[in-house]
Amino acid sequence: MNNLFTGTLVRLVAQDPENAATIASWAKDTVYARLLAVEPVTPLNPKALRERMERPHNETFFRFGVRTLADDKLIGFVILMHVNHTHGDAFVGIGMGDADYRGKGYGTDAMNLVLRYAFQELNLHRVSLDAVVTNARAIRSYEKCGFVHEGQTRGTEFRNGVHDNLVTMGILRGEWEKLANR
Amino acid sequence: MLQQLFEGEKIRFAAFDAEKDAEVFSKWTHDPEFLRLTEYEAARPLAPFHIKKKFEEMEKDAHGDFYYFVIRTKEDDRAIGFAHIRWIEWNHGNARLNMGIGSLDDRGKGFGSETMQMILRYAFEELNLYRLSADTFEYNEGAQKFLLKHGWQCEVRRREAVYRDGRYWDGLAFGILAEEWQAANR
Amino acid sequence: MASRESLIAYRVSQRVISTSDRRYAISDMPTMNNLFTGKLTRLVAFDPEKMGELAAKWSRDSEFYQLFDSDPTLPRNAKRAQEHFRERAEKDRAGDFPFLVQAPQDERLIGEGALMHAFSPHHNAWVAIGIGERELWGKGYGSDALNLLLRFAFQELNLHRVNLGTFEYNPRAIRAYEKIGFVHEGRVRRSMRRDGKRWDNVYMGILREEWENANR
Repeated sequence: MNNLFTGTLVRLVAQDPENAATIASWAKDTVYARLLAVEPVTPLNPKALRERMERPHNETFFRFGVRTLADDKLIGFVILMHVNHTHGDAFVGIGMGDADYRGKGYGTDAMNLVLRYAFQELNLHRVSLDAVVTNARAIRSYEKCGFVHEGQTRGTEFRNGVHDNLVTMGILRGEWEKLANR
Repeated sequence: MLQQLFEGEKIRFAAFDAEKDAEVFSKWTHDPEFLRLTEYEAARPLAPFHIKKKFEEMEKDAHGDFYYFVIRTKEDDRAIGFAHIRWIEWNHGNARLNMGIGSLDDRGKGFGSETMQMILRYAFEELNLYRLSADTFEYNEGAQKFLLKHGWQCEVRRREAVYRDGRYWDGLAFGILAEEWQAANR
Repeated sequence: MASRESLIAYRVSQRVISTSDRRYAISDMPTMNNLFTGKLTRLVAFDPEKMGELAAKWSRDSEFYQLFDSDPTLPRNAKRAQEHFRERAEKDRAGDFPFLVQAPQDERLIGEGALMHAFSPHHNAWVAIGIGERELWGKGYGSDALNLLLRFAFQELNLHRVNLGTFEYNPRAIRAYEKIGFVHEGRVRRSMRRDGKRWDNVYMGILREEWENANR
């Protein structure tokens, strides 16, 4: 069996409350934070974040940290949310908090790892995601991973005086298997 | 003169009353069809005790933004359904609508349409939301027709997102914007 | 706005993603980078523990809390203040946004500010701001932090207006609010009593368009 958690550029690690300070520092970049968040962004208090991370896990959430293989640097996170085994569906969220590691394939590698985890370890049937329509770089990366566009909810993201659409994408197990076995 | 928001022609909006309503709500959950048309979670019958608990949890999760209405007939004051605006994102002006008429006998009588008209007015003129979202399932043609009739648009098709009765079905996400509703209703 | 066509049939692999025929990059959006960074100050996370210590420090100057709120001014004990802020944090509603104000050059915490009751169908909120160190008064720190709060209110919370209440005996603050664009809307006459005199409560407000026009 392959090592589920190791890719070509990154590996998935457990989300560790020790990382709270690093994660909070990423939130200082409000461009990044606003692309991730539905709620209004606020500066993160590392102590409060750490306490939140120390609470018992919600079983329908799988949180991972993303570390580079080259120098073990924590560069982002990836999370499977609302995992529903009745229907075999989950939502994925991802963020490369360290700006130096964006646009270089690290995020795509992390996404591919979490998709493999979703389909081969959690035996899900599909993985969904939402993204703001203006997040063109992320959407390109998701398309590369095999996500298919499924529609847009109109005006759902209201920021800076503009109502932007929220794009929904999904990938089915069969589609992922075809890509993975290429 | 401000418009009446809770009094319709045949129905009215009321607060959930645990003593009065838990039993009839519990009865509805024993009809698997009702649940499978309105619920994403696995259908399961609930005793009045659990109806009450579920209601209390919903209220707690809402953090003070709890907009849950019981639909009652005016003629004989029966609770026949519910309408619930939840997951309000105030900064985006978006929220989710969940509604249902509990008993098959009460459907097709216009109660649903009146409920929809009243809840849209509440959402857009009292909560001042920018839009509402509603989810349904590929197999629920009745809900799809109903939403389209009331001006909603289908925005997203989540393919094979729901597994029931041995096969996968698409999940459909509908949306209606305040400006569309206002254009049609002023 | 997206086109109004119904999306019952799903589209496969759309190459171009656009809204209202407009394609744009993240760099087109103003202020995206520096939502919390101003010219003189930065907004940082509210921390009940730190706030306890700060309240103890700032309350030694009896005037600070007289300018900030209407409770009788008192010297505060750090530990008890911390408890109070922790309890208050528990009761905070989803639409309450407290912040601490930092001077970026030495990361010193110099004040506190907040937007309260921001989640309502009426799309307005109350703002409060206070700089705790007397030697920093009158140098633009408060105004800078207040402008950050207003930007947050109008560009992240998407509010329609921001309210504030202040006191007739705080003319320096009133002048600063006027300069930022707040409009006088009313006074509650002689409702405060301090220093042997009676004073009005002063209420001001700023609308979204007014702030946008002042900040082009």
